[in-house]
Amino acid sequence: MRYLPLTDSDRQAMLERIGVDQINDLFADIPKDKLLADLVDLPLAVGELQVERQLAALAAKNVAAGSVPFFVGGGAYRHHVPATVDHLIQRSEFLTAYTPYQPEISQGTLQTLYEFQTQVALLTGMEVANASMYDGSTGCAEAVLMAQRITKRPKAILSGTLHPHYRAVVENMSEFSGHDLVSLEGAPGAVEDIISLIDDQTACIVVQSPGFYGDLVNLAPLAEAAHAAGALLIAVVTETISFGAIKSPGEMGADIVVAEGQSIGNGLSFGGPYVGLFATRQKYLRQMPGRICGETVDADGQRCFALTLSTREQHIRREKATSNICTNSGLCCLAFSIHMSLLGEVGLRKLAQLNHRNAILLADQLEKISGVELMTGAFFNEFTIKVPGNAATIIEALAAKNVLGGIPVSRLEPGRDDLADLIVVAATEINTNEDRAAFVVALNEVLS
Amino acid sequence: MTMNSEGRPTAPSAPSQGVGRKTFTGNRGLQIEEALLFEVGRVDNCGVDLEDIGDFDSRLGGLEREREIGLPGLSEPEAMRHYVRLSQKNYAIDMGVYPLGSCTMKHNPRLNEKTVRFAGLADIHPLQPQSTVPGAIEVIGQLAHWLKVLTGMPAVAMSPKAGAHGELCGMMAITAALKARGERRQFVLVPESAHGTNPATAALLGYKIRAIPAREDGTVDLEVVKENLSDDVAAIMLTNPNTCGLFEKDIVEIADAVHAAGAYFYCDGANLNAIMGKARPGDLGVDCMHINLHKTFSTPHGGGGPGAGPVVFSERLAPFVPLPFILDGKLVEDVTEAAKGTGEGSQTFGRMTAFHGQMGMFVRALTYMISHGADGLLQISEDAVLNANYVRVCLQDIMSLPFGERPCMHEALFDDSFLEGSGVTTLDFAKAMIDEGYHPMTMYFPLVVHGAMLIEPTESESKAGLDLFVAALRDLVFAAKAGDLERFTGAPHLAPLRRVDETRAARQPILRWTPPVAAEAAE
Repeated sequence: MRYLPLTDSDRQAMLERIGVDQINDLFADIPKDKLLADLVDLPLAVGELQVERQLAALAAKNVAAGSVPFFVGGGAYRHHVPATVDHLIQRSEFLTAYTPYQPEISQGTLQTLYEFQTQVALLTGMEVANASMYDGSTGCAEAVLMAQRITKRPKAILSGTLHPHYRAVVENMSEFSGHDLVSLEGAPGAVEDIISLIDDQTACIVVQSPGFYGDLVNLAPLAEAAHAAGALLIAVVTETISFGAIKSPGEMGADIVVAEGQSIGNGLSFGGPYVGLFATRQKYLRQMPGRICGETVDADGQRCFALTLSTREQHIRREKATSNICTNSGLCCLAFSIHMSLLGEVGLRKLAQLNHRNAILLADQLEKISGVELMTGAFFNEFTIKVPGNAATIIEALAAKNVLGGIPVSRLEPGRDDLADLIVVAATEINTNEDRAAFVVALNEVLS
Repeated sequence: MTMNSEGRPTAPSAPSQGVGRKTFTGNRGLQIEEALLFEVGRVDNCGVDLEDIGDFDSRLGGLEREREIGLPGLSEPEAMRHYVRLSQKNYAIDMGVYPLGSCTMKHNPRLNEKTVRFAGLADIHPLQPQSTVPGAIEVIGQLAHWLKVLTGMPAVAMSPKAGAHGELCGMMAITAALKARGERRQFVLVPESAHGTNPATAALLGYKIRAIPAREDGTVDLEVVKENLSDDVAAIMLTNPNTCGLFEKDIVEIADAVHAAGAYFYCDGANLNAIMGKARPGDLGVDCMHINLHKTFSTPHGGGGPGAGPVVFSERLAPFVPLPFILDGKLVEDVTEAAKGTGEGSQTFGRMTAFHGQMGMFVRALTYMISHGADGLLQISEDAVLNANYVRVCLQDIMSLPFGERPCMHEALFDDSFLEGSGVTTLDFAKAMIDEGYHPMTMYFPLVVHGAMLIEPTESESKAGLDLFVAALRDLVFAAKAGDLERFTGAPHLAPLRRVDETRAARQPILRWTPPVAAEAAE
């Protein structure tokens, strides 16, 4: 086997050195009747060429996003990632290192984490950020728990702007951890009165902007109302590129910001691995979950970095930890940070403008199609359209014409008949004039 | 002096004067200093060329960003140097032995990195129509099948994002199963040798922890478990092989006792690498177990993730798996559809993450499994256990084994009693290993042993590599016993950094860069 360095003669010599006759003597603690006599019922080892063929055959059955006009978003977005990013994250020293528990020989990982935390704090307009969560949705559930710890109040209120899957993750966590939850029903362009629901038991309100349906929300009045009642505002962002065009949640008064960082540096990868961004105010630092990297010095006084504040974490505090999270999204953070440093301020702003402009162009073209209605007023790179017919059927028909034209809301809100004719459509810098034209032609054909 | 065939000296004529010499740049030959991104980048620099689109009427509803973000940019060559230089300050498996116990730092085959980048697997969206991704669903289904067969368990949840997330998944399923029986139990039994994630996970769900002390021999005492069981205990969370590197030999009796009390058996699968193809958790009475794909199935650790933590379930817990799950080749994403069935997922407890799990890790793990096959996976476990025992036997005469000279599984646990009176601590010993070119072993864990040193060589080390590793450790032990204190207390001497002041990092937390002007103004 190509990955195993021991030869049979090595094995024999080692068994002799250990002083046993056969390998099974080392497994003597396993109850005899539970030791497998035969190989498990799975195929035998094969060479690299054969494996590659098998995986290539599986890959060939899928429609790759880059091979068709592509407009799917809903929390995961297709952007161009510079070639440099993928090259650098494959360097052995980054790819095959463990969590940086030995700072003297892990400064590469640690310095990039420190840079990542700073980038995230700048983007979100917050004071501190951690070294990542698994993704936006799990980060959102952690943020709610954090707000409940800070305020010592049990209730969270979720805006209808929140991605339905994020809502489901938070609902699940709340139910199991015994917290109260109020979820508002979402709809494109909905005006909701979340403020009147805030009471003295409310730990936080959770609002997403750009929202799941694409709507932009001014967080400032919500933050003010939450703070007046002693509650926190958690701002959720699923499209990180939007930070380049829209006021930061920090500027609008958010207390905790969670975001899905996939758009920067990370591909679609069928939903994972992604990278959760998590930032907050300095005063809430000790209640923040996850790993944090900080600056310090070595014995010679040289500036360096190390994981820190671990007295919040499970490996030190066990059942009293702020979270059970251990491994996070290390390499995805690195990809994020490299892509972000290539973009810089100039690049991110330009990229955001390009996304916004492409979305406007697409919305204008789709709106002209007879029977199609644009449901979103202010938006960034994603909006909702109403179609004359069942959205899921129409999306399938578009796929049959090789256009991936968005997400039927019914896939995420199967119980809501009132949303069955809605499609959430995303546009990014990857879309060309030809892509938009193909979408319009295909949708026209499907609807006629 | 040694000469080569051209008559040039191949060794320096005088001992090197380099050690300790200061250079103008702070660089030391190939070891190049690198400032922070915020010190080398400029806000007006950019390493990406994007179309200039000029002005247009925005539709941002008055929420346009007006303030500068303050993000520095780098051109491509600058970015390349920044990250390559930083990478060179990291130790990695590709460089040498990485014997972190309980972390399973094994070789990461590059074929896995190739297959995961096939466009049909990498460039697909989690919410594009299922009809356009049958191959992706098949990948998840195939991996699920391999995991079920290897563990002898009938169901699996694929969506958990890492080991700790998998623990949460398992404990949620247990809670849901109890609820379906009309019960809410208060306690979870956790051995003292367990990973910190176990009690942290149980506490997250509102459980109270009952710590189970280890027996003299490092394993869990069946009688103590029995004494702590009651109708108010929801589960035991047991790692097997445990973090002392030992197989819990009473596991079947423990499982029986747990089941007799109406509780469930959560097995932490962090150490599955020791028993693949040798024994199946399903035959041992386990109800659920997470599997760290980034340990056992070699998906790269990436400096701290991403991981992936699928959870296998027994028949009793199968109905409660989270959404989404695969049934008859289809991805079931919603509760109503799930409830139409009678078996797996029919009483699903809900959703743990936005999408379908760590697909990038699934492709790598499946590639790894197909490469090894049933025979190769068995060989992995045998070699991992053989290597660990070899290290144990080669060191047991001069280091100290807390539980006597008995075989271990995939990792060998030593305590610090061999350092008694030497003035050298476990930490010093570990830092001295850095000077010898090795990543230290896991230190001070598990907590049940004083000054623990947990060595897991994995199957990826050759005999010659282990012989050198063992020789280096023996040399260190002799030096410690001989009183060469400076080699330890001042270590590392030869790493890019001397010993890092971690206390200071925690006492005066500086967690982000701030511009020097602002920093001065703040003081």
